[in-house]
Amino acid sequence: MNRALTLIRRRLVGSIFVLLIVVIGTFLLLEAAPGDAVDAYIVSTGGDAGMIELLRHRWGLDQSELTRLASYLWALLHLDLGQSVTFSRPIRDVILERLPNTLLLMVSATALSFGLGSALGIYAGARPGSFRDRFLSIGSLALYAVPGFWLGLVLIVIFAVDLRWLPIGGIETLASDKTGLARAADIAVHLVLPVSALGFIYLALYLRMMRAGMAEAWRQDFVLAARARGLSRRRIVLAHVARNALLPLVTMLGLQSAQMLGGSVVIESVFSVPGLGRLAQEAVAARDTPLLLGIILVSAVLVILINLLVDIAYAFLDPRVGASGVDA
Amino acid sequence: MSALSRFLRTPEAVAGAFLLAALFAMALSAPLLFPGDPQAIAGPALLPPFQAWSLPLGTDRLGRDVLAELFHGARTSLAVGLAAAAAALAVGAVIGTLAGFAGGLVDEVLMRITDAFQTVPAFLLALAFVSVVGPSLGVVVVAIALGTWTGPARVARAEVLSIRERDYVASARAVGMHPLAIAFREVLPNALPPVLALSSVIVAAAILTEAALSFLGLGDPNRVTWGGMIAEGRTVLRTAPFLSVVPGIALVLTVLGVYLAGEGIVEATAVRRGLS
Repeated sequence: MNRALTLIRRRLVGSIFVLLIVVIGTFLLLEAAPGDAVDAYIVSTGGDAGMIELLRHRWGLDQSELTRLASYLWALLHLDLGQSVTFSRPIRDVILERLPNTLLLMVSATALSFGLGSALGIYAGARPGSFRDRFLSIGSLALYAVPGFWLGLVLIVIFAVDLRWLPIGGIETLASDKTGLARAADIAVHLVLPVSALGFIYLALYLRMMRAGMAEAWRQDFVLAARARGLSRRRIVLAHVARNALLPLVTMLGLQSAQMLGGSVVIESVFSVPGLGRLAQEAVAARDTPLLLGIILVSAVLVILINLLVDIAYAFLDPRVGASGVDA
Repeated sequence: MSALSRFLRTPEAVAGAFLLAALFAMALSAPLLFPGDPQAIAGPALLPPFQAWSLPLGTDRLGRDVLAELFHGARTSLAVGLAAAAAALAVGAVIGTLAGFAGGLVDEVLMRITDAFQTVPAFLLALAFVSVVGPSLGVVVVAIALGTWTGPARVARAEVLSIRERDYVASARAVGMHPLAIAFREVLPNALPPVLALSSVIVAAAILTEAALSFLGLGDPNRVTWGGMIAEGRTVLRTAPFLSVVPGIALVLTVLGVYLAGEGIVEATAVRRGLS
């Protein structure tokens, strides 16, 4: 327990520096954008030069870059991400409203890809070089080459347009007053296609890692020892070979989280899921740079938290790793 | 046995090389076979495939020749994929070498910057960058490279850490070579092989990211892209799913070709290094 605490403390201190770099870097990048929030606001509402001056002053846009960066950082300390021009609401509220949908999508897709991927990887790696091993290996490579958004469209054509089994998009049936379990079931049905589109790509990754890890483990002495002890093949595969190949997959889980967040931007757009990714796209379309900045920051925090969780899980799973062993 | 013959003996590698050769042929022959503007109207709108000899794959919603678009799209995919990967590998190798060779504070700062880039989802970063600077081919290349240089940087750094204590580096120091010269003339070339082994994965990722960006309407508007074609076809997905399916298949085959050929090259050369 002590070990985990030390680990958390060390990682949190490092994360603050990383976050600071992210904030400053993204702030400066978005500053370079032609036009500011006032321009975006005036385009949508109309207004004269006097109005523009007034708004620039009220929103503090007439101050220097450095002053604004400082006041942005100061506001961040109070968990204030500023005001969204497009939504006329605090950015924090808009993001918090969309975040659960993205988290639901990511967690489900991760469960699908990790669970099914490692299971198929064990199945393939149990008999290296067999037909099923080669078949799954090539199949997973082909799957890994598929763009997620295109897979999403193909799934829509098959399951929503032709077969009409599943809804074409959205997170739940609009204007239905379902509650409790009925609502959960409704959401689950809506999630089947987007989760498949997002998860299947990474399934291939976990499958291949598991397979490669098992191929490595088969050559180790402890497998020979287990054989010599007369253990059943099934037991050797599960308790010795697969178990050792599983650890790198856990690390991958953390590394993959940033990529999956990025992938959900496109998947949410394909399936009209009102999540963080779709919000990012809306922010780009509306030139709402403070909103985009907020989304990038929240994503970075999310990625840091997920990696922290993975590191803690890793410390408990692998007795060889002490707090000092897991490095940044 | 030479690396080439080992490469040719693996069926997967040969299949990959064949796919890539077909892609290069498409990209190079596009201006010869389809000299006009691929975005110009070529016939009636939404002509189904295999109906007219002059338009074998039919036309899209605006009456543009799908086959011509497919060929010209190959140019964009290939150009962006290769350029972005080259930029990412070069930047990553240089930063990784500097961090690993300098050590101390320089290493610490460069690695925290690498952490920061890895913490922000690469696709979000690319989206933000393109939306700030405006979509054009060069901008898309930079946007993709921004999110992919970190992997090569980490690999290069790890490699440099093991190389910098070797004898030839010590002797270069002893003869008074400038540290930067040692880093880039002695250390970097020797750290390159594992970094270059990442190229196929990076080229593939760059091609997929370009497709996703142009699917969201953030590609170069003056160029045909497969992602843009898929997005175009999406508006008539119910009636003409073919328009989205075909460029997607082209993407899958391209990326698959890159993976297969890349894996084949790495395996063929790794065996040789293992033996020598």
